[in-house]
Amino acid sequence: MHESVIDKAVYVELQETTGAEFVDELVDTFLEEATGMLAELRSARADNHADRFRRAAHSLKTNSNTFGAMRLAALARELELKGLDAESARDTAAIAALEVEYKRAAAALKDLRHG
Amino acid sequence: MADAAARVLIVDDNKVNRLLLSRNVQMQGHRAELAENGRAALEMLRREPFDLLLLDIEMPEMDGFAVLEQLKADPQLRDLPVIVTSSMEGLDSIVRCIELGAEDYLHKPVNPVLLKARIGASLEKKHLRDQQKELVRRFATSEVAQDLQQSGFALGGKRVHASVMFSDIRGFTALVESQSPEETIELLNSYYTLMFDAIRSHGGVVNQMVGDGLMALFGAPLPLDDCAGSAVAAALEMIELIEQFNLERAATRKPAIRIGIGIATGDVVAGYTGTQQRATYTCIGDTVNLAARLEEHTKVARRAILIDTETKRALADRVRVETLGAVPLKGKSAAVEIFAVDIGRSG
Repeated sequence: MHESVIDKAVYVELQETTGAEFVDELVDTFLEEATGMLAELRSARADNHADRFRRAAHSLKTNSNTFGAMRLAALARELELKGLDAESARDTAAIAALEVEYKRAAAALKDLRHG
Repeated sequence: MADAAARVLIVDDNKVNRLLLSRNVQMQGHRAELAENGRAALEMLRREPFDLLLLDIEMPEMDGFAVLEQLKADPQLRDLPVIVTSSMEGLDSIVRCIELGAEDYLHKPVNPVLLKARIGASLEKKHLRDQQKELVRRFATSEVAQDLQQSGFALGGKRVHASVMFSDIRGFTALVESQSPEETIELLNSYYTLMFDAIRSHGGVVNQMVGDGLMALFGAPLPLDDCAGSAVAAALEMIELIEQFNLERAATRKPAIRIGIGIATGDVVAGYTGTQQRATYTCIGDTVNLAARLEEHTKVARRAILIDTETKRALADRVRVETLGAVPLKGKSAAVEIFAVDIGRSG
């Protein structure tokens, strides 16, 4: 299950190049920051702010790629490239899907961190 | 050494990216400083020296493109190597970064091996460039070095309004014969240090030194508001410094030295002359010849500072001058009006 959420090869390579202990801390930082990025995504959608929306999606994409959270990265990338939708309901749905995937990725990362 | 620890500034609005990049940089033996956006980064770059910038593009406040533009426009910072690290989509943004002067572009997540190679190459290039700049700085004045950097090197001149100064030590040949070569070199070094200080502090540039003589420009290569006033102020300070220097020499029973200064003002042609292989920044024209003749004439007139009509006109009544009348000068078909600047004692 976890393998599909987090690409283990990417995660292991990150550990090998920067140290397992450092990656543990980096995961913690990501989990702290990601909540803010998701909130920013929602609030940028509500404020109709295209730049903030794109930047929040972009940040989320970049960090997800770093840890090998490929599905999360793909969902964030979609939002980044598409930008604000004319129909806000579609974005709201996409953000909800992103949050579900984020919860999975966060759980998997926490497991890896303690495993 | 290019391998030595470098100071690297990492700019990224994302905390995970900042931590990860700084970890990579530190593991390569360099020191990392962090900034959260372009504006903060520029402030740090203008405050303290860095060897390399790792720049994110997508940032609030000031994005990476704007940072690259500002660096390019800043003579102090435009040679700083920049490696862009971003996960922007599409080739356009990469092309734009390179066009704006970025050394390299690395896609995020950054591969540490690639990062290491790029950092190494950038630092090596910077090291060579610094060496080159140091050479230019040592053998040219900073104004000429700056002019070279801004306008590039091209033989040929442009017409500018400037004051030209010639100065040398009276009776230098007799002085050289009366003392050891080491003493002469020491004397010349002290003399040049004092003269450079005086000229520089009034916005002038020494562009030639021959033996005990020097030629200085006020108003080239960089324009100066009051070139004649600055040149005369520098001359007065030179005389004062020599007097102080003579007091020191008297204390060690060394003979006093005297200098003569000639200043002329007008249009000159300033630029690089020579060949593509070896050139010098200089000024030519009647004004230059006249200044040289005035300096020679200080011996005859027994005055320390002689100036021409143009210089006197520009001074108005700010400095007291003595009219010496029209004097025939070598190389001049008609006699030339000359004036002696009052230095507060008999020349």
